[in-house]
Amino acid sequence: MTGTDEAAHGAVDKAPAGTEEAGKASPGAGGTGSAVPLLETRGCGKTFGGVIALRDVSTRVHAGEVTCVLGDNGAGKSTLIKILSGVHPPDSGAYLVDGAPAAFAGPRDALDRGIATVYQDLAMIPLMSVWRNFFLGSEPTRGRGPLRRLDAARARRTVREELRSMGIDIRDVDQPVGTLSGGERQSVAIARAVHFGARVLILDEPTSALGVKQAGVVLRYIARARDRGLGVVFITHNPHHAYPVGDRFLLLNRGASMGEYGRADVTRQELTSLMAGGAELEQLTHELGRDEPPVTP
Amino acid sequence: MTVAADERLAGTGLVRRLLIRPELGAVVGAVVVFAFFASRSETFRSVAGVANWLDPASTLGIMAVAIALLMIGGEFDLSAGVLTGTTGLITVILATRYGFAIPVAMLAALAAALLVGFLNGLIVVRTGLPSFIVTLGTFLMLQGINLGVTKALTGTVQVGGLRRAEGYEQARAALAGTVSLGGADFRVAILWWLGVTALATWVLMRTRAGNWIFAVGGDERAARAVGVPAGRTKIALFMTTAGAAWLVGSILALRFTSVQANAGLGQEFVYIIAAVIGGCLLTGGYGSAVGASIGAVIFGMADKGIVFAGWDADWFTFFLGAMLLLATLANRLVRRYAEEVRH
Repeated sequence: MTGTDEAAHGAVDKAPAGTEEAGKASPGAGGTGSAVPLLETRGCGKTFGGVIALRDVSTRVHAGEVTCVLGDNGAGKSTLIKILSGVHPPDSGAYLVDGAPAAFAGPRDALDRGIATVYQDLAMIPLMSVWRNFFLGSEPTRGRGPLRRLDAARARRTVREELRSMGIDIRDVDQPVGTLSGGERQSVAIARAVHFGARVLILDEPTSALGVKQAGVVLRYIARARDRGLGVVFITHNPHHAYPVGDRFLLLNRGASMGEYGRADVTRQELTSLMAGGAELEQLTHELGRDEPPVTP
Repeated sequence: MTVAADERLAGTGLVRRLLIRPELGAVVGAVVVFAFFASRSETFRSVAGVANWLDPASTLGIMAVAIALLMIGGEFDLSAGVLTGTTGLITVILATRYGFAIPVAMLAALAAALLVGFLNGLIVVRTGLPSFIVTLGTFLMLQGINLGVTKALTGTVQVGGLRRAEGYEQARAALAGTVSLGGADFRVAILWWLGVTALATWVLMRTRAGNWIFAVGGDERAARAVGVPAGRTKIALFMTTAGAAWLVGSILALRFTSVQANAGLGQEFVYIIAAVIGGCLLTGGYGSAVGASIGAVIFGMADKGIVFAGWDADWFTFFLGAMLLLATLANRLVRRYAEEVRH
């Protein structure tokens, strides 16, 4: 298995090869317990000055699985993303990629190993067309020397094909991204990461700014990326979004792990109440309930 | 293959495609201004008249195109106008006071201009200060240098005598000569302007660098996140503007064979206005080189047209202000229409 994984990240620039390899690495959903995870953190911690942003967090991301990271504001989700995407190294514990300790100098290193992060606010440039956004920073060119130029025809064609294969329904790849809905933008960003050979997708709150229907669209693409054999890290504060696509749920609260649950070990209700801090939510229900009667005698 | 087009595109075809072009407002404006002055003055619409008003449009156009690229990249350069004076002064001083051949003097001026552009860019990129402030600083410093050095060397506020310098005739023919066409003399600068516009358009629309220019102006953080070398792109843009200022400074110096110490002063806003009339957003990420050139044509037409029509030239700035407001409003409407979310 390790050999296969290494072969896969040797070919990150070629999406289909990487996907195929990764697909082989996880023959069936849930049957990957013995495989070497794509990403793994063991007791990771991070402090900024005197603030402990994250302590003792362990989790795994397997090919063809979705690991959901759930937590409220300030739970340490952002810090965990930054460790996974190579922005910060952990201060304590270990971060393993394909079973070997990762030493990333920056996000570019992580990207070169097939770990792509889609940030909610950084996804796209609104005034630029879909195809220009899609290839931004990795534009296909032809010709050489001073005549080296964009291969716009190839770029347009590739984007159309790639979006179709992800089942994304965009009318016109020349339209500015600003004319897309929030869900479509996230979807295009996901398709872009997949096209550029991502083996692991880290999605930072992709559904949080979206309406119910739009969020559903994005969830569908998360599932599709998973089915193509990618490992997905799905960060969210909404258990209703996490539960339908997640295989594994890591709960964070105030920088610490509140446990990691397999899909079989937890129900949606349990997840919701764990998320909200269980007792706290009951307390809140009581408070809100008690306030009402005196107001309306 | 059936991936060519989507059936839902049928209704939004050509009209919207034309409307979302940033230069549309400028084209409409240019047609209106031309029709207006052409109906007032026969000279204006004659070949000689066209050659006459294309002349100011050409030198302004070269600068407006460079400034448009910079503005699409999300930055301003207020020092560009004075820099045309600085480069002209360097060329004339080196050629007339220190005996350099004109091509050598021009190369020295180019090096100085590129250094100014590089420093402008470096300071903006490294400090994150608004380019408006940084280049306002450079603008004032250059203005001081232009006056101080000129006065110290000549005791007056201008340097001249370029005609006697080595290589004058060739340099003049290449940059400040004229070409006869249809019975009128057109300035060679018009060819340089068309060349610069074509090159800038090609870079913007058909190269990676062009993609990066739109990206750093549209959303610099997002551009960096996908690996666009934002700092290098911006520094290159400032250097391009400086290079254009050198070209224009050289053209004007060779044409007049002398340079005033205050040359180019006040032009910096004219460049920006032409770029904005041409569809550039003040906030960056949107615009076109062709649009900026058409903006420059509008200027040229108004500049000469007011004279041809027999009016007082003092009205020029009023006309300018009105054009700027109208163009900005038109651009805003067009852009809103173009960006409407379509479902």
